[in-house]
Amino acid sequence: MPRIEVDVNKCKACYLCVNACPKKCLGKSKTISKKGYFPAQMEHPENCIGCKMCYMMCPDIAITVIKD
Amino acid sequence: MEILAKKPNCLTDIPMHYCPGCGHGIVHRLMGETFDELKIADRVIGIAPVGCAVFADEYFACDSVQGAHGRGPAIATGVKRSKPGAIVFSYQGDGDLASIGMAEIVHAAVRSENITVIFINNAIYGMTGGQMAPTTLVGQVATTAPKGRDPKLQGWPINMCEMLSQITGAKFLARVAVDCPQNVMKAKQAIKKAFENQVNGVGFSMVEVLSQCPTNWHASVEQALEFVRTKMMVQYPLGIFKDEGAK
Amino acid sequence: MTEKTLRKGNEALAEGAIRAGARFFAGYPITPQNEVPEYMAAHMADAGGAFVQAESEVAAINMVYGAAATGTRSMTSSSSPGISLKQEGITYLASADLPCLIVNVMRGGPGLGSIGGAQGDYFQATRGGGNGDYHVIVLAPNSVEELGNFPKLGFELAEKYRMPCMILADGILGQMMESMAFNFDPVDPNQLGKFDWAVDICKGERGKSKVFSYKGDNLIADVTERAKRYGLIEETEARFEQRNCEDCDVLLVAYGLSSRACLEAISLAKEAGIKLGLFRPITLWPFPSKQLFELAQKAKAVLTVEQSLGQLVQDVKLAVDGKVPVYLNAYPAGGQPDGEKIVTAAKSCLNGGKEGLFDVREHAEGFTYDCKRNTALGVQGDCKGGK
Repeated sequence: MPRIEVDVNKCKACYLCVNACPKKCLGKSKTISKKGYFPAQMEHPENCIGCKMCYMMCPDIAITVIKD
Repeated sequence: MEILAKKPNCLTDIPMHYCPGCGHGIVHRLMGETFDELKIADRVIGIAPVGCAVFADEYFACDSVQGAHGRGPAIATGVKRSKPGAIVFSYQGDGDLASIGMAEIVHAAVRSENITVIFINNAIYGMTGGQMAPTTLVGQVATTAPKGRDPKLQGWPINMCEMLSQITGAKFLARVAVDCPQNVMKAKQAIKKAFENQVNGVGFSMVEVLSQCPTNWHASVEQALEFVRTKMMVQYPLGIFKDEGAK
Repeated sequence: MTEKTLRKGNEALAEGAIRAGARFFAGYPITPQNEVPEYMAAHMADAGGAFVQAESEVAAINMVYGAAATGTRSMTSSSSPGISLKQEGITYLASADLPCLIVNVMRGGPGLGSIGGAQGDYFQATRGGGNGDYHVIVLAPNSVEELGNFPKLGFELAEKYRMPCMILADGILGQMMESMAFNFDPVDPNQLGKFDWAVDICKGERGKSKVFSYKGDNLIADVTERAKRYGLIEETEARFEQRNCEDCDVLLVAYGLSSRACLEAISLAKEAGIKLGLFRPITLWPFPSKQLFELAQKAKAVLTVEQSLGQLVQDVKLAVDGKVPVYLNAYPAGGQPDGEKIVTAAKSCLNGGKEGLFDVREHAEGFTYDCKRNTALGVQGDCKGGK
């Protein structure tokens, strides 16, 4: 099953990934990070198809795409 | 467990200082992927500009030279002529490349220096807080064009790929964008080609990347992407303007 | 030591640089140094190096910045207005601690000035024409032989202390032909070891190298460390030549070709019963202040002979520190000193006269200047038209 991990120390909450995800898997965390952002997060992992579009759009290389 | 996508090896782990949504980080990653895929990481020497990317050297795990504003192509010439085995890139913004550095970029192309130039076009001076750039659009507001760029006073924006395509020594000129995954993939292809050309000794190669700049456009990330798609791509059409040399 | 050959100054310099291991040259045409890039264009590739005629002097110095960053012996040459253009690159090179050689074959200034030899760039060279607290080592040859041999010294000092070195010549020295010999064996730069700070390929275990000029929060530490290096250089690397300094009435101080006219003056003065000595700084930075301070006190007066309007004399006054009167015999803007004029000036130093001596305050006595706008010619707003 593919999924992503977001490095909350790098995410700047630009949400380019959220907008790019074709399966609308991603959303915005309600927990503020140390940098003062509400990072992007995986909300519907069951829909993830491992297309890597979130990774492609992330300017902070905060996303790792994994297949278990 | 299989990693499908992760930070390229030849980028460091240092968090980037760029603004949220800025295109710089995407381009850095595409370059990092390219260096890994072409297996050239240990030969890369990067020239960082004066501009938002002045600290770019922190993010690439390669040797680097940070030099004066606009002089990247000249510095790259000095490095490449002294160490022809190195893969040398000059990473520049639009003020750096098309304003103060205009002579240097033109003549590096004239001499067909075997280097790779990555030109980030956000139509504004980012690091210094939003002044008008040579690539600022007509009507676009900037701190030194507070009523918007007026052609009567400030002329029209300059299209660098088109201009450089007149030069015989310019071998590969491409304009791409990083506003959506499809364009990011095309940008990657162009960047990879530009570096392959250097490996194969083809001659001067440049990729111009239209980049969103939410901060200096006083826009949200969504609005900035919209500006890239509806305004910038009209003035600066995407495409390959020259593709000569090794296939 | 090679055999003596007859060479033009600019060509001796270029050959001397290649012989000293220079393998990157970038330059731009400007009179009176064009023979340097032309010689490099003809010979650098055969030596295994690279020659680039750059699009401007600014581009050329920035190419040197890149080449020097790789540890290659790199250089550029130009003349006064071109050196003004290079100031950006020079301050960056100093800031990034990069060794390199910069040659200034001086011509008349300011501005476009003239194409004849002059010494008007002393301040620019020794006070640093670029921004910030920095120095470059400045070597001042006075013969074609020194011009040919100084590149090796220049590269060695530049590399030892990680800073730019300037060779300050002038248009006449560059154009004249003299018999000269090289006093060193050719250097094979491929056999020279690498610098750990240089950017490179084939790095082995060495970590990342970064050559950079922006220091940010680290600037204080950066400038302070560099100041220590400069202090060490001032203590240990000053060079000069002296004639008759132990026993003279007037001590002449001059560098470059002015010093050759002083030699003539020494002979002429002897016939007139006056003893002249010559103190010739060879390094203009570091200025041989201590040595001049000692020797000046053996004379009754010090006379600075320079082809500029009072630049060298400031360093002479600083060095002499008020112990002995210091006078100026100036030949600015392409004027040429000769032995007789120097002797006349030296006599004035001894007898309280003014002939041959230059003092800017006296020079302007009785002179007025007041350029005014004149509405009889019209007003600025007339016939403005246009956009």
